Amino acid sequence: MVKTPYKRKQYWNEPELTAWERSYLPEIVRGLVITSTVFLRNMGRWMTGKKGALTTYYPEETRADYAPGNRGKHVLTQRPDGRPQCIACNMCATVCPAKVIEIEAAFDPADTAHPKYPARFEIDYSRCIFCGLCVEACPEDAIRMVKETPGLPSDARGQMWLTLEEMLSWQPASDVAKPYPPKSVPGGAPALKGPAP
Amino acid sequence: MTQDLVIYAIYIAYAVGMLMGFGTILTWVERKQAAVMSDRIGANRAYVRLPFTQVKLIWLGLFHGIADGIKMLVKEDFKPRTHDWYAYAVAPWVVFTPVLLVFGVIPFGGMLDPGRLFPGLADWFDGRTYPMQIARLDAGLLMVFAFSGMTIIGTMLAGWASANKFSLLGGLRAGSQMISYELVMGLTVLGLILIFGTVDLGSMVQQQSGLVFGFLPAWGVVYQPFAAVLFLTAAIAENKRIPFDLPEAESELIAGYYTEYSAMKMGLFMFAEFIEIAIVGALFTTLFLGGYNLPYMNDAGFAFPGGYTVEMSHGAVVLTQLVVFLLKVLIVCSFQILVRWSLPRFRYDQVLSFAWKFMLPLALLNLTVTVVLVWSHQRGPW
Repeated sequence: MVKTPYKRKQYWNEPELTAWERSYLPEIVRGLVITSTVFLRNMGRWMTGKKGALTTYYPEETRADYAPGNRGKHVLTQRPDGRPQCIACNMCATVCPAKVIEIEAAFDPADTAHPKYPARFEIDYSRCIFCGLCVEACPEDAIRMVKETPGLPSDARGQMWLTLEEMLSWQPASDVAKPYPPKSVPGGAPALKGPAP
Repeated sequence: MTQDLVIYAIYIAYAVGMLMGFGTILTWVERKQAAVMSDRIGANRAYVRLPFTQVKLIWLGLFHGIADGIKMLVKEDFKPRTHDWYAYAVAPWVVFTPVLLVFGVIPFGGMLDPGRLFPGLADWFDGRTYPMQIARLDAGLLMVFAFSGMTIIGTMLAGWASANKFSLLGGLRAGSQMISYELVMGLTVLGLILIFGTVDLGSMVQQQSGLVFGFLPAWGVVYQPFAAVLFLTAAIAENKRIPFDLPEAESELIAGYYTEYSAMKMGLFMFAEFIEIAIVGALFTTLFLGGYNLPYMNDAGFAFPGGYTVEMSHGAVVLTQLVVFLLKVLIVCSFQILVRWSLPRFRYDQVLSFAWKFMLPLALLNLTVTVVLVWSHQRGPW
């Protein structure tokens, strides 16, 4: 059997090197100049106290370029008197595909308009998939997602739960749907109540 | 005699400490330099917490090297079922030990006069002086090549004894690549041997302390700029680093000849590689960058071309020489790391044809030109 020598396939857009590029060393030097320029520029920035990198330290720094619609973390809105808007209807917990929302409802006979309120509202962020379905399911506009990311990195999964207090700490300067900041109510804002006895 | 013993014990401790220090620091330098080159921050999470406080010392991520070391020491020491267990166990040391020994002939400072440095000990030392070099051998450069050639045996032993096809391929590649580039390295250095007329590294460095044309330092890189480039390239190839890391190409051979090594045995290979960066830096500094010499500096201080001189005490001169040598080595190491993070890997046939078809003819050409120039210079006017 006669063996034909292997012939490489020729493509129409085969890259062609010029003689200058073929001589190899000039191109190597050009590459080294590029990388060392970047190195010296960044090093100069670090030395003069500026930041010479695009990276952000994750929990310590917040990125400034999150999109306005970024589903970063959950917040709970408040009524004008400072109590949570949530009526503990469990719609979000029902729709949640990852089953991470846990709500413990409590009853307050004094508040005739909204007697049911959440005594405990927690989200397990080690399992949350940040899909935003809870926001869409909510009939009261009580749960929303803001663009900031949660500061939750931790060594233990037990510490990765978003609590009611943290979600209620969202206090924007103004809001289109809610009368933020909460108006002062005569007699002072009622304190957050614990679980019903 | 006791005096010699004390001085050389100090030299050996300094050399071993310096190499170990370089091996540790270079892991950090490599990470950080790569990060800065690519707009990143780099390893910065390992910390040491002061006991009983919440004070965390991060120090720019310097503790990552220690964390690596601890990890390698406590990892499971996996052993493959190879019948050549002795060669398997001894291979990392065959790679590691010669790398350390090479430094024995490299001068890391000028002449040390302990009597002048410590006047209280002047009587005991009785005017003896010591060149700052562990072994002042006439065959210095030959010993460098002999010992760095021994690391080939270690890599090939590791590849063979692992009883793994990837290891075997890696060992084969390492063997052929290192032998090819060793040849180029020897040929580039021949030009320097012709010019300085010696293979003793100490006297080579002393000859580089003067000036050429009245202002240029008489460094090897001035005499042999072409050989300097070839030597550094061949040395990087000899060290099996990117762009020449074919013996351990991850995408083809997993980890090449040390695929089957784990824990501290693998750590020894890595450590040897990093120390070899420092050794290549020290060799390049000694041969081409004037060793511990600064331009216009001599054993008494600085003497600038305009007739302006600066007197320095003996202690200051010794300290300057030590620091200058370390700085030059660090700069060459940093350049090697720059190369490693800039250039892509060769194909395997390209590596060998680069050595035999490109670098070897260039080295021979360089040698021919040097021979003609040296001959015509020694012959005198026509």
